[in-house]
Amino acid sequence: MRLFEYESRRILGRERIPITQSGHATTTEEARKIAADVGGPVVIKSQVLTGGRMKAGGVRFADSPEECESHAREILGLEINGHVPRGVLVAARAPIAHEYYAGVIYDGVRKLPTFVFSDMGGIDIEEIAEARPEHIGRGHFSTVLPQMDFRAKDAIAQTGVTGRDLTRLTPVLSALARLFVKYDMTLAEINPLAKLEDGSFVAVDAHMDMENEARPRQKALLAELGVGEDETREAREATPFEIEGERIDSVDHRGVAGNVAEFDGNLGLVIGAGGGSLTLFDAVRRQGGQPANYCEIGGNPSVSKAANLTKLVLQKPGVEKIAVMMSIVSNTRVDIVARGVIKACIELGHDPAEKIAVFRIPGAWEEEGFKILARYGVEYCDRSVSMHEAARIAVEKVSSGSNGAKPLPGERAGDELPPAERLSGTGEVVEG
Amino acid sequence: MSVLIDESTTFIVQGITGREAVNLTRECLDYGSTIVGGVTPGRRGREVHGVAVFDSVAELVDATGQVPDGSVVTVPPAFARDAVFEAIEAGVKLVVVVTERIPRYDVAQMVELAAMRGARVIGPNCLGVIRPGVGKMGGIGGPARDAAKAYQPGPVGVMSRSGGMTTEISSTLTATGLGVSTAISIGGDAIIGSTYAELMPLFEADPQTEAIVIYSEPGGRMEAELARWVTENDSQLTIVAFMAGRFMDDMPGMSFGHAGTIVEGRADTAAEKIKRLNDAGITVAEEISEIPDLVSAKLAKAVHA
Repeated sequence: MRLFEYESRRILGRERIPITQSGHATTTEEARKIAADVGGPVVIKSQVLTGGRMKAGGVRFADSPEECESHAREILGLEINGHVPRGVLVAARAPIAHEYYAGVIYDGVRKLPTFVFSDMGGIDIEEIAEARPEHIGRGHFSTVLPQMDFRAKDAIAQTGVTGRDLTRLTPVLSALARLFVKYDMTLAEINPLAKLEDGSFVAVDAHMDMENEARPRQKALLAELGVGEDETREAREATPFEIEGERIDSVDHRGVAGNVAEFDGNLGLVIGAGGGSLTLFDAVRRQGGQPANYCEIGGNPSVSKAANLTKLVLQKPGVEKIAVMMSIVSNTRVDIVARGVIKACIELGHDPAEKIAVFRIPGAWEEEGFKILARYGVEYCDRSVSMHEAARIAVEKVSSGSNGAKPLPGERAGDELPPAERLSGTGEVVEG
Repeated sequence: MSVLIDESTTFIVQGITGREAVNLTRECLDYGSTIVGGVTPGRRGREVHGVAVFDSVAELVDATGQVPDGSVVTVPPAFARDAVFEAIEAGVKLVVVVTERIPRYDVAQMVELAAMRGARVIGPNCLGVIRPGVGKMGGIGGPARDAAKAYQPGPVGVMSRSGGMTTEISSTLTATGLGVSTAISIGGDAIIGSTYAELMPLFEADPQTEAIVIYSEPGGRMEAELARWVTENDSQLTIVAFMAGRFMDDMPGMSFGHAGTIVEGRADTAAEKIKRLNDAGITVAEEISEIPDLVSAKLAKAVHA
């Protein structure tokens, strides 16, 4: 979960890392007042969770509170990469002598957190890292042994920094590592970390990502920052469709039916789980299909949860048919998912045989599941049909507008569809 | 030498009285694995499918008179780090962590302690390890009957960042008559106990294994690490990879799938990974169904070479 700059600054302040004087404003009047309090030249920065603020015009400079107010008005109304700003940060402009970079991240290969330090900080840090690696210092530190400041010192010294700068920078980088660990960050960076003309060091900008998995144990900090429990802070703001997907997932603890993202296509996807969803989404695109959504369903969801997710996908404008596909399941039950998707179709007044382009979920309870699907005339396949082949069947049906009239492996018994309630009443083992 | 587990492997289940753990215990026993005990604090004296439950790993070791070879950890995320520490400090050398949503710092701690003590962690957020026809540790493959359907013994080692896809790929290999030597669900998180490259030496030393199939995703540098390992160690095993989540290259910063799959930089996109794997001589399949033929073709070539 990404934190806004004003939040990251509060965390730095909490850990006694020097920062430029600043305040967060959501109105132009607030912005003006902060500028007046700061006194002197200020910088006004859009508070958005996306990069490229400077280039987009989301960072402006002002010499007076009045000028600050007028810039704040423009920035507050400026969308950047589709993000509406949360507010503006108004900060004192410091007389910078030199810019450094200080960061802490995880190294997934060494499986340890590592310092990253550069004596060439600023907005071009990524290019520096590639083109001038001698200006980047690194050093892993232990998560089991007590923190050792000399590790931070070594990372800084690698870039050639020495003298008083080294002894002044070391506690800043050490403190950054401590807060990284303490607040379950996956990224904590100060860029630039400015050396002022008087020789002191101060953070001018900060960027932090907190791990989602750690949110439950960071409740106190998040409450202090005013971060709501429902804020997802994804790179793109969630659409109503996606928010509804999360709601469906959260109201019922049984299994997973969520992580929904929407796209513009005509083929709705009810797919699972983590790796299976990635594979199937690729497979649909590879066959020339246009997915209407991404989702993950698995972990043995209830009939109603599977049905609710399916309904959400079916009701999305532009969705012509849905494909229900998974890799071989061992925990999730095929029959439960089959009941769920059929229930959703019927309750929305659709013929499952027409709406479900293909059902490809092999594995646990597949005999029972396939029987149900056959009864409703839904085309299904077992593990002998590959995931990509199933995707091809689905894509062909959507593009040809076919009614799924292909001969089915099972018998379609009777013309009368049983009432939908029966579908949810027969899964006692899991539903009970 | 077999990979991770063999006929004599003993293990315990930590958190054995949990719903998923009870199922997993049943499945492993049915498959022929030897579970010598279970641990749930406060539940001493109970039994789960005939397996005795203890309050602690130390107590279990005292009572059974032996340190088990492995442990399957299924406790909730908030308790996972301590459970892994407990197993490692009792002398357990193979810890399979099934629990998902464990904060990264805790995972780094588990893995670091394991390295200090000469133990190995598989996972977290994984389904475990299966040696077809011999035994399994974890829910991999599901109930014994289903596991037998997807996993038959053969020459191909499987490593996968997705638990479900481990079975899908193995089933495809089994269906074509190739079969699987050992399949390892390595876990989908950003930090995992054992990466492809770290497990490669075990497969190299296993006489049954002739080829490797890996399932891979965007995010992280594990594939680059494997590519480097293969190049530097003159690997004797033929490797075929499958890369899922190619669409994510168009959507940087969005999270799909596993916690470890978010694309954060240029080096961890699907396209970059495919390039690095190819450069190391690893074929990347376009579809799962191509994998058996690619493996067979590479094996035949290796024999004639």
